Amino acid sequence: MKLRQSISQIFSGLAEVPDQENAPIRYNIVRRNMTVLMLLITLVPLTLMTVINYYEYRSVLRDEIVTPQKVLVNKAKHSIELFLANRLATVNFIASAYTFEELADEANLNRIFRVLKREFEGFVDLGLIDSAGLQVSYAGPYKLQGKDYSEQTWFEHVRVNGTYISDVFKGYRRFPHLALAVQHLPENGKSWIVRATINTAKLDELIASMGLDHESDAFLVNKEGILQTNSKYYGQALEQCPCVPSVSYEPTVVEKTDPKGRAIILTYAYFPSTNFIFMLIKPQAQVMKAWYTLKADLFIVFLISVAVIVVVVLRLTKTMFQRMKESDDKRALALREMEHNHKLSSIGRLAAGVAHEINNPLAVINEKAGLMKDLIEFTPDFPDKERFLGPVGTIIGSVDRCRAITHRLLGFARRMDVEIQVLDVNDVIRETIGFLEKEALYRNIKLNLKFARELPRIESDRGQLQQVFLNILNNALQAMDDGGTVSVATFERDEQSIGVTIQDTGHGMSDETLKHIFEPFFTTKSSGKGTGLGLSITYGLVKKLGGDVDVQSKPGKGTRFTVYLPVKQQESQGS
Amino acid sequence: MKEFKVLMVDDEEEFVRTLDERVKMRNLDSNVALSGEEALEFLEKEAPDVMLLDLKMPGMDGMEVLRRAREAYPGVQVVMLTGHGSDQDEAEARRLGVFDYLRKPIPIEKLMKVLKAAYEKKVQESMVAATFAEAGEFGTAQEIMDKNKKR
Repeated sequence: MKLRQSISQIFSGLAEVPDQENAPIRYNIVRRNMTVLMLLITLVPLTLMTVINYYEYRSVLRDEIVTPQKVLVNKAKHSIELFLANRLATVNFIASAYTFEELADEANLNRIFRVLKREFEGFVDLGLIDSAGLQVSYAGPYKLQGKDYSEQTWFEHVRVNGTYISDVFKGYRRFPHLALAVQHLPENGKSWIVRATINTAKLDELIASMGLDHESDAFLVNKEGILQTNSKYYGQALEQCPCVPSVSYEPTVVEKTDPKGRAIILTYAYFPSTNFIFMLIKPQAQVMKAWYTLKADLFIVFLISVAVIVVVVLRLTKTMFQRMKESDDKRALALREMEHNHKLSSIGRLAAGVAHEINNPLAVINEKAGLMKDLIEFTPDFPDKERFLGPVGTIIGSVDRCRAITHRLLGFARRMDVEIQVLDVNDVIRETIGFLEKEALYRNIKLNLKFARELPRIESDRGQLQQVFLNILNNALQAMDDGGTVSVATFERDEQSIGVTIQDTGHGMSDETLKHIFEPFFTTKSSGKGTGLGLSITYGLVKKLGGDVDVQSKPGKGTRFTVYLPVKQQESQGS
Repeated sequence: MKEFKVLMVDDEEEFVRTLDERVKMRNLDSNVALSGEEALEFLEKEAPDVMLLDLKMPGMDGMEVLRRAREAYPGVQVVMLTGHGSDQDEAEARRLGVFDYLRKPIPIEKLMKVLKAAYEKKVQESMVAATFAEAGEFGTAQEIMDKNKKR
């Protein structure tokens, strides 16, 4: 809900035209919101995608890594089981195939043992034990005849279960081996046990045949955690290994840290019939290499995307808002100009109406005062002639002044005919300055002319241009104390227009004055000295000629007028 | 003997009477009409040399009076004097052949100058017309005056 609100806020903010005063702040807020929004709608899905990909890839890759380990462990476990079952079956065969007497005969047993050693690898010795646990006969490298096994746990075990596979041990024999025992129960009830030991070299061989690389480790361990075969990293056979995983007959994968602090992946499986656990250990770094590479790639791609998005979004919003601001500014400017023009024209119409209405009573006053003057003058020896003539003259003078105002007003409102000709603006200015040179000289004002040499000739009205320049130059002169400088320069603005700047070192204007400068009747001169029409007429003339006027001014520094004039008149403009 | 005869047409009586008095003081035979209709009556009865004509009047306005006067009495020079009057009015009046188009208020000296100039033009025109009429080559005086007007 809140998000929706803030989004709609952002958009309503976008739709609004910022008012002039708060515009910069408003733009910045809207721009910030827009940027955040755009970043959110791009970065959130990207981040989500990346996270999802991360977990998906991880699980897929894990499966891909784990499955071969399991297969490998299963295969190794099977071959070890097969090996043990095979050897046990051999011993069982011996126990079943021969009678007690045959086996009790040492020579016979030795012969069997030789065959056994030749046909099956790994047998160390072979012995016959009677039901009481005494070694009856023995074939092998040690002197074990007469040894009593009745107290040992394996004896009990074999008496109960019929077969027995021991853990690996050293016993009398000094090297790791394991014992296989099979009880034979003939019909007559007198049982015996055949016991053989095999060394673990064959187990090592089986493990070696897995073809593991040098960082991996595979070994057998019993359920008490004692190593049954040599391990590369965790000690020799019969040493204690601290890693006994929870019971599982299926190959199982766990990630853990070994006692040496290495991160490892342990794959193991319990043997169902014996006390063994097969373990395969690989360092995580190696197994997960593909995953780490992928992770790094993923991260880099993510970072680059984020960087690109951020840069693009920032750039985009920046340009977008610049455009927006520009068009808003343009619109505001156009509005202001329209308002201004409208104001000028309505004031003009009003002024003309007033001027018309005033002209008639003014004419009456003029005639009445004139008549009085006539009467005074035409009557010979009129008493106090001078005293009457004075006031009457003042009345007529004031009427003249009013007349000047109303006639200018009418001129302002009137659409004067434009007479377009091709002319050189430099010439026009030179002529205009001719009117003012005397005054400038007299007031010690320097005229600084800087005319562009190759100024294109323009289509315009000579008389009206003179009026324009005269008005502006007059203003400049009036704005200055004696001894300033007026600089006039012409330049080519672009292919379609030229510009004329008229700069004075006069009093300048405040911003407030500047705002009203083109309005009719706006004057800063003391009452009676100016009509306040000069610049508004100037403005109207320039506009009529298809040009534009720009004013810049600083109080105390002076004022610069720039008049822009089109090189060619448009069809709609002019007459 | 007055110099020449002037007819002043204006509905603003205070104005036109005063002006009339002042012009009379300046030795012209000045007459007053307070409306367009009155002016035409006067033109019918007497033959002024110059007519000073206001534009905006109740009843028949100045432009209409001008039109009829130029038609019926082309010998009378007409000077417009008005407080109103747009560019279009001035252009129309000049097209119809006024001698000058003036705006109120006007200093008496300037008015006198214009009136005299108008009279002089009238004198010249009638002299030319008379000459050609005597010669008889170019038709009647009326026709020649029409030609002049067009020029």
